[in-house]
Amino acid sequence: MSLQKHEIKHIQDTIKRKLTKTELQIIAAEWSEHCSYKSSKKHLKMLPTTGRSVILEKGYDSGVLDVGDGYVVTVHIESHNHPSAVEPFGGAATGVGGVIRDILSAGTRPIAILDGLRFGDIENDTHARWLFKNAVLGIANYGNCLGIPTIGGEVEFDDCYKGYALVDVAAIGFGKKNRLIKNHASKGDLVVLIGGSTGRDGIGGSQFASDSLEGEDRSAVQIPDPFIEKLIIETILEARNEKCINAMKDLGGGGLSCAVSEIAESLEIGIELDVNNVHTRESGLLPHEIMISESQERMLIITSKQKLPKLRQICNKFRVTCSTIGHVKNDKMMHVKKAKKTLALLPAEFVARAPLLDRKKTKPKYLLQIKKENRVKKTLDYSKTILKLLSSPNIASKHWVFQQYDHEVGIRTVVKPGFDASVLRLDNGKFLSAKIDGNPKHCYLDPRQGAIGCFEEACRNVVCTGANPIGMVDHLQFGNPENPEIFWTFMESLEGLTEYAKFLRIPCVGGKVSFYNETPAGPIKPTPLIGVLGIKDKTPFLSVSPNNDDHLVIIGDTKNELGGSEYFEYIHRFIGGVCPRVDFTDSKINMLAVLSLIKNKLVKSVHDCSKGGLSIALSELSIFGNIGCTIDIEKIPCEENLSSEKILFSESHSRYLLVIDKKNIEEVNHILSKKKITFAVLGKFSGDQINIKHESKNLVKFRIDLAQKRYFNGLEGLLKHG
Amino acid sequence: MCINFICEIINIIVKVGVIVFPGSNCDRDMFHVLSDVFDLNTQYYWHEKGLPNNIDAVVLPGGFSYGDRLRAGIIAANSPVINDVKKLANKGIPILGVCNGFQILVESNLLPGVLLKNESLNFMCQWTNLIVKNNKTPFTSKLQLNQKIPIPIANGEGRYYADSQLMHDLKKHDQIVFAYEDHVNGSVEQIAGICNEDGNVVGMMPHPERAAEKLINPLDNKPSSLIFESLIHTLGVKN
Repeated sequence: MSLQKHEIKHIQDTIKRKLTKTELQIIAAEWSEHCSYKSSKKHLKMLPTTGRSVILEKGYDSGVLDVGDGYVVTVHIESHNHPSAVEPFGGAATGVGGVIRDILSAGTRPIAILDGLRFGDIENDTHARWLFKNAVLGIANYGNCLGIPTIGGEVEFDDCYKGYALVDVAAIGFGKKNRLIKNHASKGDLVVLIGGSTGRDGIGGSQFASDSLEGEDRSAVQIPDPFIEKLIIETILEARNEKCINAMKDLGGGGLSCAVSEIAESLEIGIELDVNNVHTRESGLLPHEIMISESQERMLIITSKQKLPKLRQICNKFRVTCSTIGHVKNDKMMHVKKAKKTLALLPAEFVARAPLLDRKKTKPKYLLQIKKENRVKKTLDYSKTILKLLSSPNIASKHWVFQQYDHEVGIRTVVKPGFDASVLRLDNGKFLSAKIDGNPKHCYLDPRQGAIGCFEEACRNVVCTGANPIGMVDHLQFGNPENPEIFWTFMESLEGLTEYAKFLRIPCVGGKVSFYNETPAGPIKPTPLIGVLGIKDKTPFLSVSPNNDDHLVIIGDTKNELGGSEYFEYIHRFIGGVCPRVDFTDSKINMLAVLSLIKNKLVKSVHDCSKGGLSIALSELSIFGNIGCTIDIEKIPCEENLSSEKILFSESHSRYLLVIDKKNIEEVNHILSKKKITFAVLGKFSGDQINIKHESKNLVKFRIDLAQKRYFNGLEGLLKHG
Repeated sequence: MCINFICEIINIIVKVGVIVFPGSNCDRDMFHVLSDVFDLNTQYYWHEKGLPNNIDAVVLPGGFSYGDRLRAGIIAANSPVINDVKKLANKGIPILGVCNGFQILVESNLLPGVLLKNESLNFMCQWTNLIVKNNKTPFTSKLQLNQKIPIPIANGEGRYYADSQLMHDLKKHDQIVFAYEDHVNGSVEQIAGICNEDGNVVGMMPHPERAAEKLINPLDNKPSSLIFESLIHTLGVKN
């Protein structure tokens, strides 16, 4: 148990009596960092959360966006890092399960999953490889069985995750606005627990996740059962249609304690329950174990007496266990009993609201010692370097991962995973674009600029599909917040995200904070992960492969920003330099320019320029289009005297590569000039080689088939043979 | 005009059933394609409810019936509804099993052979090309022999296996309906779909319901549409 001194004092001052064992356990679970957000809650308020399409309701675990015509999209993001680091298969699988139930809680059907996976160096570290393979398998097993497509995500490897794992899962839901669950309850309503039975798995999981990982506490990891989850989804949606649900909450971190106290607090009601009525997996469970077990696939429903028979009938149809565990009262108390004996009797608000903290922050010393970049050896052969990057695990094709996920089920996936953002069709004829992005290498060098960069990158990807960003979710993952230096990096990232969200008027509709991500070697690099949703009306933008004589156009400025680039970190094993910084004005006008070109059907395809820089983005276009490209490096817009190395590999933001049919090139030229966009026509697609010329000499020259081989075999080769 | 009118009448009379097992997850997709794309009068049948005698075609959709516990399809194959499916199969009613539906048909002995774990031992979700090997079934009559169908697969246990005796029989009775163009998952003779001796029960691992609409098929949705149009054609003739 992990109650702090000041928390114990707060309990004594407020409750004025000695707490029972059950009460202490309930509070310890609910007041864990994981459940209470006690370090971050005060500060998260700075994020803009309202907007034209945002729907706010009491007690939702997911964000709700109105997409018109009577439909809504819901979205949420969560991580399951600690469990995945111990038991990657179960940890990752239950991570999917948890976030899916958050989507379900709003009364919407989950329609897509995205996941962000981060591990140590899989080329050299077999443990990292084991973690990675099993996490992918866990997600595949769970998501595929549910019939929810995993439509995208990202995979990254970095030494800072050695012996650890970041498994982030975002889920998207869809439904009719008038079927959203409007959480409400009145005296005499019944509290029902449906789904999986309660067991000893996941006991103290939220506290386990609220501390640095020491040793392998396997009992804190939950056991996944996607089949029950699938039945719960269908049960709940049918119960929703039959109006059997007054209020609903998923059982996640903190188990029953957390769900009961939070729902009671948000609806301003009291709940009295009897642990004897909870259906359990094994005999002899102690009351406090029942209250804090994090066994999966459980939902808490508040229903009225009249509707209970119908609810039971639906549960019976799907063979989902349903127990009436208590009832609603007016006293705003959380009352836990075992038969007639009271085990806990506390104000729900007191339980649900942990005393918040004001953590200290100081600028980390490491930031003062970041190396200047003139220490890097010059690269002699750019072609070889680009090919090496194309086969590096962070850049190489991730098909080995996403082909294990069913990304077609639901028949909504218009743009499939593997390129920029994925796109789903919605029932109202609109198209939803979704992407998640993180970049710990940039965030390590500058937590503020790095976080803004992740946000912009996710927006760029959505924009590449012709969609307007309408909302974002953030997942802020850091080390131990008790360390002021780490807390400083958290605050910098949060402030950066807030600033950019306000500038672009993109509301933050959901998010999560995960602290205590520490490996045996120390804290992870700051890893904020940003998910962005965008909407395109009427028709989807389906990119077309470049043909002979199509032009390649770049939008955006290339800057002296090699810090945190794959070029520095993978090729030179060098951590240092200046990381890319988003220029807000350029960011916005470039986005709008790309969107207007797509809207006017002037582009064949658009690709975001990010990891690996311009040279990699260009190679990817050629690899997927199966056609060569010749460009002139001197035409690339950049600051004066920027070296070829920097032009090719700098990961400056706000850049897009566009494939333009030659018949449209004049119009594109005209439009972009008129809008005063930084851009240039770089060259043409043709032949079977990538050719980057400098003063009419070949600076880079390699065959596409070779690049394809490297790109498609890089990651797969590594995993198939070990 | 006249043909359209007749078709509409037929579509109202004709009933296609989509069976839903606990854990089915392509039922809604199949329903959408049958009902919204091809205008067929389609109904869901929960596995505990019997099938009506006057049903005209039955589809067993994909998914993870009973969570693939024990072995994919085996528990659903012992579900009461399968007795009705067997009766309908004997009557010559067209029956299609897709993915998990195919596994269920195999496990219930409506189709011969077995489906093993893919050679890669992984779940595989990717686009493949099918080759039509038999265009006399109710689901392939509108297709040409050797016609190519771009279509996605999504399964972990899709490797069709038959011993040499069974292979001999399958060929003798023209029971191989679809084969993969490439070596995809290690299926014997690259088999992707088969039928029973009478040809009215067809099982296939790839998902035609994911390939019949232009918007979600990046290659060519026409060939997969023909699978459904074949069914419409078959049912139309019968009426």
